[in-house]
Amino acid sequence: MKVLVAVKRVVDYNVKVRVKADNSGVDLANVKMSMNPFCEIAVEEAVRLKEKGVATEIVVVSVGPSTAQEQLRTALALGADRAILVESAEDLTSLAVAKLLKAVVDKEQPQLVILGKQAIDSDNNQTGQMLAALSGYGQGTFASKVEISGDTVAVTREIDGGAQTVSLKLPAIVTTDLRLNEPRYASLPNIMKAKKKPLEVLTPDALGVSTASTNKTVKVEAPAARSAGIKVKSVAELVEKLKNEAKVI
Amino acid sequence: MTILVIAEHDNKVLAPATLNTVAAAAKIGGDIHVLVAGQGAGAVAEAAAQVAGVAKVLVADNAAYAHQLPENVAPLVAELGKGYSHILAAATSNGKNILPRVAAALDVDQISEIISVESADTFKRPIYAGNAIATVQSNAAVKVITVRATGFDPVAATGGSAAVEAVAAAHDAGLSSFVGEELAKSDRPELTAAKIVVSGGRGMQNGDNFKHLYALADKLGAAVGASRAAVDAGFVPNDMQVGQTGKIVAPQLYIAVGISGAIQHLAGMKDSKVIVAINKDEEAPIFQVADYGLVADLFEAIPELEKLV
Repeated sequence: MKVLVAVKRVVDYNVKVRVKADNSGVDLANVKMSMNPFCEIAVEEAVRLKEKGVATEIVVVSVGPSTAQEQLRTALALGADRAILVESAEDLTSLAVAKLLKAVVDKEQPQLVILGKQAIDSDNNQTGQMLAALSGYGQGTFASKVEISGDTVAVTREIDGGAQTVSLKLPAIVTTDLRLNEPRYASLPNIMKAKKKPLEVLTPDALGVSTASTNKTVKVEAPAARSAGIKVKSVAELVEKLKNEAKVI
Repeated sequence: MTILVIAEHDNKVLAPATLNTVAAAAKIGGDIHVLVAGQGAGAVAEAAAQVAGVAKVLVADNAAYAHQLPENVAPLVAELGKGYSHILAAATSNGKNILPRVAAALDVDQISEIISVESADTFKRPIYAGNAIATVQSNAAVKVITVRATGFDPVAATGGSAAVEAVAAAHDAGLSSFVGEELAKSDRPELTAAKIVVSGGRGMQNGDNFKHLYALADKLGAAVGASRAAVDAGFVPNDMQVGQTGKIVAPQLYIAVGISGAIQHLAGMKDSKVIVAINKDEEAPIFQVADYGLVADLFEAIPELEKLV
């Protein structure tokens, strides 16, 4: 079966972002960009499905600027067969991205779509669920285990109180949580091979999708700073402070 | 303006996060209706009817809603929600699962995890793991919003006397089914609702050593959490993870034990009222946000702390 994986180019998770002085956003000039960590897990899961003989083809798709080709090449080096970039320089909302992905799903007809549960820049946690709604598919969000059998997929999900398992009819949408797998690193020969794999570039216009939004970001500020307190010398002093100064115990 | 709040529950008990969500609705202003979608959730509906500020409780009782499957619940919420100005749900694993599906069905952008209400159409929410706060304005006819519980003090669970009304609509999309769940059983308070949280990190060295934290937590009436490092290392289960991708907590007192303080962890606990850090590495970043820092070997400090509190 065909598996579609969606990946996003985001600021590298090790970068401490700074808010721009004019409060229009965060400063991304000369900042290291990477594949969103949850998307790496999505790619890895697809590659493992292919290694098990469950998946026959892995198509990786990204919606973003032309530089997102770097992240698509990374996914190709990790084992995806071909890539699609829906190129847009705009800052798109999750709904707009979901609509674009829906157009790609219509075109590619995958049996399974795997996405990260959220991107570490906007922290929305929406796209997979929205794609499922627009496609009329079932959704297994925050997955820690994915098992395909016949025309269904059993997804174990990380939920607030523990874990839940649901069974979904294929085609279905899965979004990854941290413990689904540990992504591999791309080998140098595979990075070289990835350069020759096909990468198709589409536009929202070509897909006939409007990316209009009902949300507007008015401003972006730095969070209220929390200043360091004091160092106590002993457990006894700590308990005394907590009882008499902070009055929390 | 009338606001629809989706009740968080397990068919038996109304989850406390619902009270924080109603508080956010109250800040927006207007009538507040609460939807209880479930199966045999009469007790939840009764509890919701008593919540302060709630004008009406809608009950959708159907086997299709028993396990909060989003394929079934989202169409119900979207159908009922059309007549409302706002649809709010707690940013719990359920709320996060269901609400984007509702927003897509209504063709509106969702606003995730708001931490404050600026006006009826403008909200603040953390982005980049809390390293920036975005102010977002929505012109959607129906504003679909998840609410981070720690941003809003809960309304009173009693004092209200809302009318309870049954909703006839039933949606079974036939796309998904519930197989089973494994829920952690604990006599300790729930992490996100606890007044005191004791969390352990990689410095705990193994899962067995968490018994020291459990002993301290039981003495304090606290919940026990963990850093991602401790969860990834297999010391404790994932539902104990505090951080950007785990639980967001803001207790009166947060005690971080053997936690270095990666930004992803800080994102989940830095709104706590008082933070205590116990770590043998005096350079650990956690000390930069701690009100009280103790540089010590946790295996000596924790038993002593347990004795003294």
